[in-house]
Amino acid sequence: MSDETLLKIRDLEIAVEGTSPLLKIVKGVSFDLEKGKVMGLIGESGAGKSTIGMSAMGYGRGKLHTSAGQVILNGRDIAQAKRGVLNQLRGKEVCYVAQSAAASFNPAHKLIDQVIEATLEHGLMSAHEARTRAVELFTALGLPSPETIGDRYPHQVSGGQLQRVMTAMALCPKPDLIVFDEPTTALDVTTQIEVLAAIKHAIKITNVAALYITHDLAVVAQISDEIMVLRHGEMVEKGTTDQIINDPQQDYTKALLSVRSAQHEEKPATEKPVLDISNVTAGYGKIDILKSINMSLDPGHTLAIVGESGSGKSTLARVVTGLLPPRIGNVVFENTPLPPKQTQRSREQLREIQMIYQMADVAMNPRQTVGQIIGRPLTFYFGLRGAKRQARIEELLHAIELPVDFADRYPAELSGGQKQRVCIARALAAKPKVIICDEVTSALDPLVAEGILKLLADLQEREGVAYLFITHDLATVKAIADSIAVMHQGNLVRYGPKRQVLNPPFDAYTDKLLTSIPEMRIGWLDDVMAEHST
Amino acid sequence: MKTSIPLNALIGMIITATIVIMAVFAPLLAPYSMTEIVGDVWEPMSSEHWLGTDTLGRDLLSRLMYGARVTLGIAALATILSFSMGTMLGLSAAAFGGWIDQTLSRLVDLLMAIPTLILALVILSVLAPSVLTLVVVMGVLDSTRVFRLVRSVGVDIAVMDFVEAARLRGEGRLWVIFREILPNALSPLVAELGLRFIFMVLFLSALSFLGLGIQPPAADWGGMVKENKDGIAFGIPAALIPAGAIAVLAISINMIADWVLNLTSSLKGGKDV
Amino acid sequence: MIAQRLALSLLILWAVSVVIFIGTEILPGDVAQNILGQSATPEALENLRTEMGLNDPALSRYLSWAGGIIQGDLGTALTNGRDIAESMTSRLINTLFLAAFAAVMSVPLAIFLGLLAVRYRDRWPDKLISATTLASISLPEFFIGYVLILIFAVNIPLFPSVASVYDGMGFFARLNAMALPAMALTLVVLAHMMRMTRAAILNVMESAYIETAELKGLSSFKIIYRHALPNAIAPIVNVVMLNLAYLIVGVVVIEVIFVYPGLGQYLVDHVSKRDIPVVQACGLIFAAIFIGLNLVADITALLTNPRLRHPK
Repeated sequence: MSDETLLKIRDLEIAVEGTSPLLKIVKGVSFDLEKGKVMGLIGESGAGKSTIGMSAMGYGRGKLHTSAGQVILNGRDIAQAKRGVLNQLRGKEVCYVAQSAAASFNPAHKLIDQVIEATLEHGLMSAHEARTRAVELFTALGLPSPETIGDRYPHQVSGGQLQRVMTAMALCPKPDLIVFDEPTTALDVTTQIEVLAAIKHAIKITNVAALYITHDLAVVAQISDEIMVLRHGEMVEKGTTDQIINDPQQDYTKALLSVRSAQHEEKPATEKPVLDISNVTAGYGKIDILKSINMSLDPGHTLAIVGESGSGKSTLARVVTGLLPPRIGNVVFENTPLPPKQTQRSREQLREIQMIYQMADVAMNPRQTVGQIIGRPLTFYFGLRGAKRQARIEELLHAIELPVDFADRYPAELSGGQKQRVCIARALAAKPKVIICDEVTSALDPLVAEGILKLLADLQEREGVAYLFITHDLATVKAIADSIAVMHQGNLVRYGPKRQVLNPPFDAYTDKLLTSIPEMRIGWLDDVMAEHST
Repeated sequence: MKTSIPLNALIGMIITATIVIMAVFAPLLAPYSMTEIVGDVWEPMSSEHWLGTDTLGRDLLSRLMYGARVTLGIAALATILSFSMGTMLGLSAAAFGGWIDQTLSRLVDLLMAIPTLILALVILSVLAPSVLTLVVVMGVLDSTRVFRLVRSVGVDIAVMDFVEAARLRGEGRLWVIFREILPNALSPLVAELGLRFIFMVLFLSALSFLGLGIQPPAADWGGMVKENKDGIAFGIPAALIPAGAIAVLAISINMIADWVLNLTSSLKGGKDV
Repeated sequence: MIAQRLALSLLILWAVSVVIFIGTEILPGDVAQNILGQSATPEALENLRTEMGLNDPALSRYLSWAGGIIQGDLGTALTNGRDIAESMTSRLINTLFLAAFAAVMSVPLAIFLGLLAVRYRDRWPDKLISATTLASISLPEFFIGYVLILIFAVNIPLFPSVASVYDGMGFFARLNAMALPAMALTLVVLAHMMRMTRAAILNVMESAYIETAELKGLSSFKIIYRHALPNAIAPIVNVVMLNLAYLIVGVVVIEVIFVYPGLGQYLVDHVSKRDIPVVQACGLIFAAIFIGLNLVADITALLTNPRLRHPK
């Protein structure tokens, strides 16, 4: 161990207290972090990455506690330290930046008071010095009006700005180590890149060491010196960022790396669209969320609707399904205009357009079995009962690559990916010509999401169903779309075949959106920021 | 889903069952008649009169058993009325929304702006207290609380994607209410059923105690407290026996309801650590 | 915003007056018959109805009733012909005094015990408090009342079992007379208030910003004082107001048990005598207090919400 080692974790085991046999979340992880270095912890949900990050502060959420191993920070083991000892180093030697700054700031106090609180608590500076430092940090992090932003309350500041204020709060007491816990995951992609650049800049100028926790390998590649890949609480692989990105040894790492590279060969346009959205203006009350939208979907094709939050993409889905009748314009299905309200549509019209939701968890009735969930459309639309219905349920389960005996399970007994598959089967059961997919992969881990995308593509090939694919993620679009519609603040800013949309010349917004998608390449962030500043 | 019954709930069930059996089979089990004077005034507990005698010299145990019939019977009827009204209207408000919801909700807000006991007293100043009056007044007034609960649970469920999915499929309103919403609202409702029943028992007892519920010589537990209350000042605890019976019943049902409420499985499904 | 709430409360109060009026005047049941009894002659009944204005249309009767109330005239009692407002004033004061006495004992105690339960969450103090509250929520008021009498008036004669108070009584003599009813009322609301306080604080303690404070190395005391309390005030005030409203209702039974000359007993007496004007007046006063307490809870929530205090 050199003098430069700041954090040394040895054979760390973290378990849920009171379980027997002991339920281990982290199973024997070891690593060293040197002063001023950034270590990326990466993995899917359940990998234990956040839990390891929190242990560097001697903190376990809920009933989590360190059951074995050492966490040595600045030369002393804090794995089993008492609260009094931990209070001495939390907020002084090690600070924390959470995923949701909006929830992590106390709504009752001004930002500045919260930013300098730990610094004052530990007697590190006078109130005046702390304020001066906070303003310097606000400036360094690129916050607007750094002198006065601290006088605002959390709800008066946007999400991307709050995330930067929280970074300033962590940096204020000049700690040796900061734990970043998915600080950009909840942000829109164009905001993410700004926050990411701000964090990177702040780390560089303050020379603080960091544990950077994320599920996104492309993000962590921009910021860290070393990367550790975790899965199910165990280390898969560890190395310098260059080694992990350019020369991964383990299959799992390779799979994570290749996630965003899937490509889809664009199908040629057909003559008649199956669905035509014609001059649609819609909204709630007097506010128009969608403004004169025109687009169409060819049979057996995928039209991807891309946009950030507030773009109106989900509202468009509500117009198509008839949950929100448009103020102007209409939706035409195979040359026949659909009645604007869902309740006025015929059963046949309803059958032809099905929907798959983002959160498969709440899209299925928890009191019904998989068989009942898939079987209901069969009975409802086709009058299938008894053995015929059973046979068709089995056929559908086969189509979504799940065992037949899953028909008797309840949704709570399925994994996230399996749930989404059942939702796909429920949509397919109606034999629709169009399926609306609303962010269907956003809540899933990358590898699981990839499996779902592949399944959707296979099913399209076989059944000839068309997808209206709503997403915020351009990488997903590349993997599945034939044509693309880019939406921004209720307007359709760019629309056409995939190749045309994704190639220059770009409009300003599409350009920003495209350049903001993290690429699996070291130095990508620097290149983009350099380009932005010119 | 494992369902082993915790000790608390088990004790609650046994006591509740005992009281119910006592009430149902009172004519067979009671040692004396309800109205017959069989001893001196306020005799202490003895082998002849297990719980002693009351203010007129009637056997307290027998009166307690017969009184249980009145108390439990009226409370049960009022609970059924309150529950069926509250559930039906609450589910309709949640499922239909719009003006139906608005009208019902405002009406309930208004009724709940007056304390239930006060409103009941106001109404009972006009209507003569009969079993029917009591059941209707208690049931209707209390249905406002059931309505609020059912509506809020129903609205929470009605906005979930699986309900939207059923609507988009073209399912009728009855299917949406009874197949999608109700099964998921069931366990909080069952727990609430117990709590409403206790409330009815306490409410009826309070009214009878105030002399506005069941009229003598018929007896319910609250009325028995009223009959025997004057003994307290002389250190004769006869009034505490029916009062204690109410307390024991209420605690027992509370323990069962607590358990049922904890059974409520989350709608969100499993979440990893 | 606050003016809006105030207006809404007045609107509800008006609607409540309509409900009370309808409840007593339109429901079946003949007031004149009730007063004169079954043996009354038809002429006597008719004369009384005319005298009381019962033959006027309902709307005009409502308007003259409501108009009187606005001017502070609650009408006259049927049973003794006395001015209601006059006989009610001292009783209302007695009731409010009793409620205030109970509130002064129960509110700090409930909040303290609620905090204690949170501090020792899932350990024995919390479990003990939870078990006791479950039991005491189920106890009828008269059970609590008579047990207190039996213990503190009969077995250990500390306090009188009949809480008689009269004008010109000394303050401490009054407190002594009221000790048992106030204790009973305290016990009636304590459990509820404690349980709800505990839930309100726990809800705040589970927020992410409490974790943030913990990760800043703050002591438990500072976390609670600086970060939990400012956000817990509104829910706690809400709990307190709800329970004070509940206390106002509990007062009715407690006053009867302890023969305390308050508004509740006044109401119950006149319900049995079918003295409608008194019942209407008492009902309206109780409802007004109830609505007022809810209004205070609403306004506190508004005042302590940072989003409303500091708009964007």
